[in-house]
Amino acid sequence: MTDSKYFTTTKKGEIFELKAELNSDKKEKKKEAVKKVIASMTVGKDVSALFPDVVNCMQTDNLELKKLVYLYLMNYAKSQPDMAIMAVNTFVKDCEDPNPLIRALAVRTMGCIRVDKITEYLCEPLRKCLKDEDPYVRKTAAVCVAKLHDINAQLVEDQGFLDTLKDLISDSNPMVVANAVAALSEIAESHPSSNLLDLNPQSINKLLTALNECTEWGQIFILDCLANYMPKDDREAQSICERVTPRLSHANSAVVLSAVKVLMKFMEMLSKDLDYYGTLLKKLAPPLVTLLSAEPELQYVALRNINLIVQKRPEILKHEMKVFFVKYNDPIYVKLEKLDIMIRLASQANIAQVLAELKEYATEVDVDFVRKAVRAIGRCAIKVEQSAERCVSTLLDLIQTKVNYVVQEAIVVIKDIFRKYPNKYESVIATLCENLDSLDEPEARAAMIWIVGEYAERIDNADELLESFLEGFHDESTQVQLQLLTAIVKLFLKKPTETQELVQQVLSLATQDSDNPDLRDRGYIYWRLLSTDPVAAKEVVLAEKPLISEETDLIEPTLLDELICYIGTLASVYHKPPSAFVEGSRGVLHKGLPPRTGSIEGPESPDTAPSGEPAADQPSVIPTQGDLLGDLLNLDLGPPVTGPPMATSTVPMGAVDLLGGGLDSLIGGSGSFTAAPSSTAPTNVGAPLGSGLGDLFDLTAGVGTLSGSYVAPKTVWLPAMKAKGLEISGTFSRQVGSISMDLVLTNKALQVMSDFAIQFNRNSFGLAPAAPLQVHAPLAPNQSVEISLPLNTVGSVMKMDPLNNLQVAVKNNIDVFYFSTLYPLHILFVEDGKMERQMFLATWKDIPNENETQFQIKDCSLNAGGDGHSSTALGSCASA
Amino acid sequence: MIGGLFIYNHKGEVLISRVYRDDIGRNAVDAFRVNVIHARQQVRSPVTNIARTSFFHVKRSNIWLAAVTKQNVNAAMVFEFLYKMCDVMTAYFGKISEENIKNNFVLIYELLDEILDFGYPQNSETGALKTFITQQGIKSQTKEEQSQITSQVTGQIGWRREGIKYRRNELFLDVLESVNLLMSPQGQVLSAHVSGRVVMKSYLSGMPECKFGMNDKIVIEKQGKGTADETGKSGKQSIAIDDCTFHQCVRLSKFDSERSISFIPPDGEFELMRYRTTKDIILPFRVIPLVREVGRTKLEVKVVIKSNFKPSLLAQKIEVRIPTPLNTSGVQVICMKGKAKYKASENAIVWKIKRMAGMKESQISAEIELLPTNDKKKWARPPISMNFEVPFAPSGLKVQSRVDVRGTHPMPWREEDEKGTGAADTVSSPSGWSESCTEKPGGDIGRCHLGRQDDRRGWPGGHEHT
Repeated sequence: MTDSKYFTTTKKGEIFELKAELNSDKKEKKKEAVKKVIASMTVGKDVSALFPDVVNCMQTDNLELKKLVYLYLMNYAKSQPDMAIMAVNTFVKDCEDPNPLIRALAVRTMGCIRVDKITEYLCEPLRKCLKDEDPYVRKTAAVCVAKLHDINAQLVEDQGFLDTLKDLISDSNPMVVANAVAALSEIAESHPSSNLLDLNPQSINKLLTALNECTEWGQIFILDCLANYMPKDDREAQSICERVTPRLSHANSAVVLSAVKVLMKFMEMLSKDLDYYGTLLKKLAPPLVTLLSAEPELQYVALRNINLIVQKRPEILKHEMKVFFVKYNDPIYVKLEKLDIMIRLASQANIAQVLAELKEYATEVDVDFVRKAVRAIGRCAIKVEQSAERCVSTLLDLIQTKVNYVVQEAIVVIKDIFRKYPNKYESVIATLCENLDSLDEPEARAAMIWIVGEYAERIDNADELLESFLEGFHDESTQVQLQLLTAIVKLFLKKPTETQELVQQVLSLATQDSDNPDLRDRGYIYWRLLSTDPVAAKEVVLAEKPLISEETDLIEPTLLDELICYIGTLASVYHKPPSAFVEGSRGVLHKGLPPRTGSIEGPESPDTAPSGEPAADQPSVIPTQGDLLGDLLNLDLGPPVTGPPMATSTVPMGAVDLLGGGLDSLIGGSGSFTAAPSSTAPTNVGAPLGSGLGDLFDLTAGVGTLSGSYVAPKTVWLPAMKAKGLEISGTFSRQVGSISMDLVLTNKALQVMSDFAIQFNRNSFGLAPAAPLQVHAPLAPNQSVEISLPLNTVGSVMKMDPLNNLQVAVKNNIDVFYFSTLYPLHILFVEDGKMERQMFLATWKDIPNENETQFQIKDCSLNAGGDGHSSTALGSCASA
Repeated sequence: MIGGLFIYNHKGEVLISRVYRDDIGRNAVDAFRVNVIHARQQVRSPVTNIARTSFFHVKRSNIWLAAVTKQNVNAAMVFEFLYKMCDVMTAYFGKISEENIKNNFVLIYELLDEILDFGYPQNSETGALKTFITQQGIKSQTKEEQSQITSQVTGQIGWRREGIKYRRNELFLDVLESVNLLMSPQGQVLSAHVSGRVVMKSYLSGMPECKFGMNDKIVIEKQGKGTADETGKSGKQSIAIDDCTFHQCVRLSKFDSERSISFIPPDGEFELMRYRTTKDIILPFRVIPLVREVGRTKLEVKVVIKSNFKPSLLAQKIEVRIPTPLNTSGVQVICMKGKAKYKASENAIVWKIKRMAGMKESQISAEIELLPTNDKKKWARPPISMNFEVPFAPSGLKVQSRVDVRGTHPMPWREEDEKGTGAADTVSSPSGWSESCTEKPGGDIGRCHLGRQDDRRGWPGGHEHT
């Protein structure tokens, strides 16, 4: 008998016919009809009209028919809630059936019917099934609790199912344990605060015992749950590791990866001096390599995870380079991932082999792969200094092939090589220039233009070359336009006599004929710089560039630590935290590696990262090629600019990173800040701070600004460690009669912050915010925002000790944080300084005598004291 | 966890759709079809994220299997499950094809209901499933039978049912090895590794306790003197296995502590273990290709194979495949030994040699005529591949095995038991080895690839036990 015929019935009046068949007396005919219904349902036809007729077939002792009807019910009950009630009786009855398979089937199906009224009836049968004598029923009921929780969490709590579920963790049957663990883990995920999975050494022991006995899937549930446990000390961590390591030999790759996750996590707690630590490291390599002989899809998952593991603990796989060599028949996604890992593992010891391979890959067929291989050669050059020369000559060979995309890719990476090894390989420029005409991709064009601009003094016809690009200026992408602008300015500064015309042309193109605010702004900056102070312009534009760092594309360390906790899961495949792709509350909970508890490291100092690794060890992250813009900006405007002191304290992550972000938000240009060089309120520039642009604006604007009163450099008031990732630094300033608190809020957490508010405690001078704290857009991770909060002195007064102590509370969507700071008294002083004589005397008299102390100042030079610049304390001080 | 599971044919029509979670809507079915199956570009990743929904897919012939989720699931588990799902379907109705799926859709729904509950994979061992998902209904079962089923499905030995009886107890063992070799243009071996599989076919009664031994270095060292004399016979006594993985029936903690492989096997065929070695690999053949381009429309290919083992041994069923460019119009082949043929449908010259002794060499030369083409697409130059059987394993692996049917007291290693209280069998060096080797034409870099061929030697007549 074949069932495929059910797929082919598409004639008219079909529903009607089916109805008749469903109501037929003959069992066989009924069954046939239900099959047809299911087939129609599968291909997407609406057969909900048959609901009552199908449900009528439910009461049967034919299990196959029953299963089909149940399947139908699961699909359509939601759309026909009233009629679904008809099915309840049968379900309840089936839950009492002598056959455990039928009992389980009933409870399994009932949980899938998301109709409130049915859910109520489900409770009693479920309670019985959770205590059923048959393990098959119990394991099904355990999952059913999770289903019910998904429909109505409150009901599950009220009915006490959670406790029953917890009891099942001690069940004698390993599969029941595994399903209970899975259900509890899922429920716990939506209640991050609850202590549902109350993991303690006893329950862990039970889980570890069940681990040896349950199915492969059960082992995965248990291992994934174990990974959430935090052992109390290194000895416990070691004993768990010892019991988990045998899983590394399991044929199921998911079991292996989950075991690796547990080991990688608990390893954090083990002291590096321990013999066991070394043993464990050695044990991890072979199973990871073995994963590469699995099916390609699994290889892909494994490689994405190995990529993380190699970044976290490079020592594990450092000798295994060869296994990542690409095979002819690997699917493209496996090839690309292997290439990534090869570069991460490249070192002086194996570079010759790697290069030989990469050169081979560069002649393959797949364009993406070839491009990546060429890029990889460039990265090798940057990573392994000894190989740079060979890499460059390999790249030159590749340029000779004249394959268009190879040439372009090679030029992009050669630009990076120049930045890493300046004044070493410039002899190749001539070869590069030969290929100028074949470049049609923005990135390659931009790179080439950068090279021409940077080495303009060595290229005789640099002006001609750049001019040729200028012809189609408006057709170029922004990236190329920006680069061209910068390159011509560089050229001008190097050869001012011949290129005046060119520079004027580009400046007018950029500032007058362009709609792009970035381009315009950059154009104006250069223009103003060049017209006000060419020497300064030279210092800024031709400043010595910092060398680019060795490692590119590294994942930011806190994210990496989080991803290590998600080994094997989708998060590790995407290299993104779950909150980036999971909706709702699930998975938003942050995971972190346990702190190392070994004796070597002392108490955690606030500076060290949570992983316990010294911050200095962490390689700085530089943006990928895609962030060329950010890179370029930094190149031109970055380091040597000595902006006002505010900038120095507000660059926590290294200029490059911030710049990338800064530029993004500039492009976003939502108007949430004004980067206009307003000369009246320089401190109000709300641009993403630390951005070179902001600095420059300040620089240019600074000339025309009233110097105002002294502004202390910003200091960190609230370290990120104490405020769940929010760092606040700031200072106080006084400008034209108004006091303001200049704050920089930096988000160092991984989630977006919003809903900021600020409050002051009562203080000696009644300082209070004059306006609410305005943070316009939510603060994305790693972003900062600068805010100037106007203050007044009309708040309530309470004497503080010391007098100028200010207690502040800051609130955001995460929590409320408190800190206190001292404000300089001079911000309370009015500028004019003059006070009417009578008023002064009256005020003086108001101050009680006990507040008056007298002492003599000896040897004071006269001009320091009261030569006309008498300041008067304003506000409540006098009347205090 | 897995939110839904869909099966499509090559056109993107849904054959099976089962939704497990409320967050997966019907539109997910279409999203995958539009964005992956009908996508213009070749698939670039087995995991696709479309509108915050993740799709995992595998392809079997022209059938797409896709698992869908909105949560941060264990990705490795999802793929393992999809493979398992394919295995189960194959075990029930053979090849996964559109026709078979349509013919068995009710069965597939029943299976999906059983092996995946709310997106959590459950027992998916065919041995157990076949006891109660039969398409016949289970009315006739007695209460004992029912509880036996449930205890097996949930039990510790979920892969085997009780009460299996065979008149003849038989166990077959295949060791399949693939050599993967990477050679430099100068003929230097850059890297070589063997990945092997031990496939078992067990037809044993009751709950047999099996032990499996191999000449793994660590085991031999652990056993110490006991086996020293015996292993001295062959040149290569023990091999260093880099890593191995086992079927879930093997007690892993015991392997971890004692390096002994003990298990109760599933009934029928299964893959007991996989292993990997990189050290001291004997390469049975050398393949030396020479390619010369004569003008734009002609290619001359010469391939020499050299057998690289003892002259007393014989290699059999040698098959060399030499890929030809896509624009080949005609081929003339001359070979000294065996038969060679150009197969246009496969774009390859296939050269077959029945047997070849060790330390010999043989060659083939071919003239390939090409059609002039303006197709810019480069030819991917697939590697030359080679299949053969030799009576030894390139890795040097040797197998010892013993079976104890439950109730007998264990017997020491390698001892024939003739009293009938237990059944013990030992075998060393099964004969069926197969491996394959491939090399790229053009001679710039050679690459060997896996390919496999079965050959087996069973040893029937395990003793009946009463």
